[in-house]
Amino acid sequence: MKDTRLTIISNKKIALNTFEMKLRGDLSDVKGPGQFVNFALEGKYLRRPISICDVNGDELTVIYKAVGQGTEQMSEMQPGQGMDTLVALGNGYDTAKSGERPVLIGGGAGIPPMYFLARTLISEGKDVSVILGFNTKEEIFYVNEFEALGCRVTVATADGSVGVKGFVTDALKPGYTYFYTCGPEPMLRAVYARTETSGQFSFEERMGCGFGACMGCSCRTVTGYKRICKDGPVLEKEEILWTERR
Amino acid sequence: MDRTQVSLCGITLDNPIIPASGTFGYGYEFAELYDINILGSFSFKGTTGEARFGNPTPRIAECQAGMINSVGLQNPGIDRVISEELPKARKCFNKSIMANIGGFSIEEYVSNCEKIDKEDQIGWIEVNISCPNVHGGGMALGTDPEMAAAIVKAVKAVTTKPVIIKLTPNVTDIVSIAKACEDAGADGISLINTLLGMRIDLKAKKPVVANKMGGYSGPGVFPVALRMVYQVYDAVQIPVVGMGGITTAEDVIEMMLAGATAVEVGAANLTDPFASKKIIEALPAAMDKYGINKLSDIIGGAH
Repeated sequence: MKDTRLTIISNKKIALNTFEMKLRGDLSDVKGPGQFVNFALEGKYLRRPISICDVNGDELTVIYKAVGQGTEQMSEMQPGQGMDTLVALGNGYDTAKSGERPVLIGGGAGIPPMYFLARTLISEGKDVSVILGFNTKEEIFYVNEFEALGCRVTVATADGSVGVKGFVTDALKPGYTYFYTCGPEPMLRAVYARTETSGQFSFEERMGCGFGACMGCSCRTVTGYKRICKDGPVLEKEEILWTERR
Repeated sequence: MDRTQVSLCGITLDNPIIPASGTFGYGYEFAELYDINILGSFSFKGTTGEARFGNPTPRIAECQAGMINSVGLQNPGIDRVISEELPKARKCFNKSIMANIGGFSIEEYVSNCEKIDKEDQIGWIEVNISCPNVHGGGMALGTDPEMAAAIVKAVKAVTTKPVIIKLTPNVTDIVSIAKACEDAGADGISLINTLLGMRIDLKAKKPVVANKMGGYSGPGVFPVALRMVYQVYDAVQIPVVGMGGITTAEDVIEMMLAGATAVEVGAANLTDPFASKKIIEALPAAMDKYGINKLSDIIGGAH
């Protein structure tokens, strides 16, 4: 983890309440897909943890939803402005377990980390399928970007306005060797129930520090208490304890 | 370094900066970021007799000038702290550690303190009788002068190291509790623990943290903490360790002028993992600016 200052290159709306921000700076501590950064915002006491969508050299891409005061403030920031950032936090996904045909299942704000993951798996020669879940057409983003990587992409919308009508689990077909997922907790529970292979889940939790010091984001697992920020955000399917997570 | 040295209960600190319990783990997490031997000491995560998961999540709420936590004393338990955490801390910290000890009964405090007292890495035992996040626990004990005194007496009877009692600010008269602890044999007082507070989520129209309430800390509590340190310094002869919202070297100087022999830095470590390091590095220039030759000269200087 490094405490560094990143400079905004671009910050644009790409879907309903959804923004893509690109920043430049020292990203040398990023280990791989599934990690996150923690932005310090002017006038906000706590940092904002945001998942890494992609890293290319010294260029970071994040996609975030403007859903609260902090992310709304972020959405108004301009190119050239800087942000003090902790780079990079959390364990990230383990791509070594993917098998030949992994499926990546992302829902809403859980989709961004799937991009870096898909790109990494493809570079490792894997046959990657991606299922992207949204509520409705206006929320859809990054379908073309995933296709450009060379993934098979299926879109599911809850209202049926685009693609499969229903949830990501309705679009899940057998044949995958392993799965990776990130999204709202009800979706993660559904993925857990429907999937037949092992897989990895990325969790969200309200954090204090983001680097393992405050114990604000602890959860119970089969292998003991874990901090979502430091021991996660990625947990293996076999270690998750849903009923006692809280 | 002589300029910043202070003596706390007979142990010399290179500087008065001590990361506060619950914001610094058992030290080694921060040792990945910088050499923590630059610290005066650190107070380790509040430790109870049994392992505790703590409270349900969410446990954190943001505030205008600070944060609320309702972690609820998550810790591995005293035996594993001694067998696993202290050996890890030894690899990255070669000074005396402050052991923060929690409990739910006098017997538990006694048992925990008796065990930790035998550890050579420990310089001081900071007895937390003030955690706001455990029902029927520390809070009730720390708000009653007689009960506080009873804990001090019982712990002092089984320990050889200096015992510092950590007080809650959530009381009507903190001075009477501090005096009761001193009269019962405490070697020092540390204050303040967090202020009981809450936030409500406007969208959900429900409290943000699962436990509804939690402890408020951060720069917003600094004036309250400073006032209480000032009052307690007036009332007791034993050293006072001041904490509550300290974020800058200037805050350290202000807290020492109020009467603190040393200070603990808490929430600041969570928003900036390098906060304690930055404060230590900024101290000499801040001392120069205010014409302070030696920090030990200014303790209680505002009285």
